[in-house]
Amino acid sequence: MEKKIPLNIDGRDVEAAPGQTILDVAREQGIYIPTLCHYSKTTNVGACRVCVVEVEKARSLVASCCMPVSPGMIIKTDTPKIRASQKLIVELLWASGDHNCLTCEQNGNCELQNLVYWLGIEKPRFNVDPPGYEIEKTNTVIQRDLNKCILCGRCIRACNEIQVNEILDFSRRGHRAKVGPAFDADYIDSDCYFCGECVDACPVGALTFKQARFAGRPWEIKKVKTTCTYCGVGCQMDLNIHDNRIIKVTGNRAYQQPNEGSLCVKGRFGLDFVGHPDRLKSPLIRKEKGGELVPATWEEAYDFIAERLAGIKKKSGPESIAGFSSARCTNEENYLFQKFMRAGIGTNHVDHCARL
Amino acid sequence: MTNSIEEIEYTDVILATGTNTTENHPVISSRVKRAVRQRGAKLIVIDPREIDLVKYATIWLRQKPGTDVAVLNGLMNVIIAEGLYAREYVENRTEGFEALQKTVAAYTPERVQEISGVPAEDLKAAARLYAKAAKASILYAMGMTQHITGTDNVKSCANLAMLCGMVGIEGGGVNPLRGQNNVQGACDMGALPNVFPAYQPVANDEVRARFEKAWNATLPSKPGKTIVEIMDAAHKGEIKALYIMGENPMVSDPDLAHVEASLNHLELLIVQDIFLTETAMLADAVLPSACFAEKDGTFTNTERRVQRVRAAVPAPGQAKADWEIIAEISVKMGYPMSYASAADIMKEINSVTPSYAGITYERLEEQGIQWPCPNTDHPGTRFLHKDRFSRGRGLFHAVEYIPPAEQTDAEYPIILSTGRVLYHYHTGTMTRLSKGSMERCPESLVEINPADADKLGIADGQTVKVTSRRGTLQAKAKITTRSDRGTVFMNFHFHEAAVNLLTNPALDPIGKIPEYKVCAVRVEAA
Repeated sequence: MEKKIPLNIDGRDVEAAPGQTILDVAREQGIYIPTLCHYSKTTNVGACRVCVVEVEKARSLVASCCMPVSPGMIIKTDTPKIRASQKLIVELLWASGDHNCLTCEQNGNCELQNLVYWLGIEKPRFNVDPPGYEIEKTNTVIQRDLNKCILCGRCIRACNEIQVNEILDFSRRGHRAKVGPAFDADYIDSDCYFCGECVDACPVGALTFKQARFAGRPWEIKKVKTTCTYCGVGCQMDLNIHDNRIIKVTGNRAYQQPNEGSLCVKGRFGLDFVGHPDRLKSPLIRKEKGGELVPATWEEAYDFIAERLAGIKKKSGPESIAGFSSARCTNEENYLFQKFMRAGIGTNHVDHCARL
Repeated sequence: MTNSIEEIEYTDVILATGTNTTENHPVISSRVKRAVRQRGAKLIVIDPREIDLVKYATIWLRQKPGTDVAVLNGLMNVIIAEGLYAREYVENRTEGFEALQKTVAAYTPERVQEISGVPAEDLKAAARLYAKAAKASILYAMGMTQHITGTDNVKSCANLAMLCGMVGIEGGGVNPLRGQNNVQGACDMGALPNVFPAYQPVANDEVRARFEKAWNATLPSKPGKTIVEIMDAAHKGEIKALYIMGENPMVSDPDLAHVEASLNHLELLIVQDIFLTETAMLADAVLPSACFAEKDGTFTNTERRVQRVRAAVPAPGQAKADWEIIAEISVKMGYPMSYASAADIMKEINSVTPSYAGITYERLEEQGIQWPCPNTDHPGTRFLHKDRFSRGRGLFHAVEYIPPAEQTDAEYPIILSTGRVLYHYHTGTMTRLSKGSMERCPESLVEINPADADKLGIADGQTVKVTSRRGTLQAKAKITTRSDRGTVFMNFHFHEAAVNLLTNPALDPIGKIPEYKVCAVRVEAA
């Protein structure tokens, strides 16, 4: 048995496990501490300082995301001193960027906006002075507006510690500090693999899905959990639906195995085919060999198929008929396909492209 | 996979052979990379190409394409010679060790170097690293299987894992990384010529009697033909009708000229798909189906996890779910099929598929379940062969090295391997419609080593002609050390440069998989 650590948080006596941070314990206890740079399963960097708490006998406020608990700690998460500090930080972040919610895709889904509201800040006490970067629109799937970046570093840790693609990092210092690929290149000119993990990790509107721009507000979107249609990993993901259209695909870390919220470029950005105008919309039949494929009703197509299949079966036997099922289709469809070939037609000539 | 995706991150040594996982299963590759970067795991890569994983590897063995059995036997040679194998495990849980020992004795590091080009010292170092690990996981994919010795390659991986006691433990295992969303499920469901669902043989009288009762039909006992065999039979006129659901053999199959001739020979070709594919264009009847985002169902991933697929948007026009189409055709053909929903079909699957018996839609709502799952109280199975193998004792298969079917010569001096790239998928019908993918990878490229390009007078981006004994095509060259000297790599996503015009349809005698990883070609400036 690991030794438990007794401590007091907001007047409650609790026991924590060794290695837990103050933030971990607070969350377990249902005590809300705001965070911005904290991103679970990555290094705790304590960069933003909005998660500060008061610890008795500590010289200053401490960042709860980084501070491991120790025996006898007395912690307060809700004091005027803490709130004043959090307000100062949030006002500084607000003033240093172009946080204009009117046109921001993340409006309603922004952690900075939520924090401003939660802290009840009417307006920042500092002059708003955004850096004036150009919005990066050089690729078709990810839009970067570094004027909205709060330098929390979540995208960097998502890139290096979760995907381990090792593309993003900080460059420059102080108020010129910037996030991006090597040599300050645009994503499209870097080695970026376009997995989009950084976009999911971004708490504000700095990184957004370009194809979802102006396609639907967060509160209008319906999320449908499903399994990716590409490789065999079987990533769980949310299709974001508005007006019967997939406007973007997001990961969801709460879904756990097998992908813990991560996706790749195909699952994330490869679903343009779903609503593509070239999709087949009607059955087609070729009435005579050498003729054209012409649209038909389902009834006509079924009659056409059934008549010919039955004729071939009668003339040449069930062994002259074969079927290819599909690794793209569901279990239910594969089951039914082989059942049809075996029981309906009477042949074992059924296979699929497992080998290709 | 014998083990789970999650376990890859928490193992000590990962041996990745014939799997370019960063491009083919990117999310699994993140586990590998995290294991190396964050948890101190060691990675051994065995691959002829300098794939991205090499950057993370402790040891990289660059073998000549098609020499995998020699390399794996060489590893086992060193492990046995140096007494590093798991004696107790071999004694208690396996059989056939003596025959294996005898066979691999001939594969000394020096001889393996001669066959494969892998330096003897590197081979020894890799053998020691793998064998001394407390737990080690083997990952492989089509780089192992798409050879005439595909089955032998897989058996060799299993031999190596059992020799070191790595099967049946957490973080260990022999783990094929499957490239298609539901290739595991299609196999589990019996979309194979020789087995019913759950791999129950059609030739077994008792099994067949059970299915005859469940399905109320008389069932054929003779195992059927595989894809490539069906194509041959169509060519000969023995197969007269072919019903293709969601496949595009006109791009994916070997020796496309032969495929086209075979399909044109048919009296009836039915194609059911979401697009008018190259194959559908040849069909007599084309049926429009709903895609994964438009229907309910389940997929089974590479770690045997059955997971829900959910309808999110309506299907276009008159398109219908594949299961609805199959059932309606079946009724027309006089064999009744009546299902109200995909969940309804799963209930029938539960009743005839022992490994899926406990996997219900209610249970899948929150989380997927890994088969075997014999009843609704069973939590599913994270890793297989704990304490005992399915057959009792694990059987070693002593396997000799056999060279690839096609050898290079003066006329065709270069080895061509085919595979996928990150931004595209299979025959490209889906990814080629995606702006993001096309922006990153708009065309097929011939990856060629700088030394070879230099010798042939080929510049980066120049159009080249690639010719094999079966066909010829043109594509742009990409000069890169990812390809070893004397080898080129091409993907199969682009029908304009359909690499399967070139590939060799020589099959593995058991797996019937074509040898996509090795054929002989000539490359010249176009």
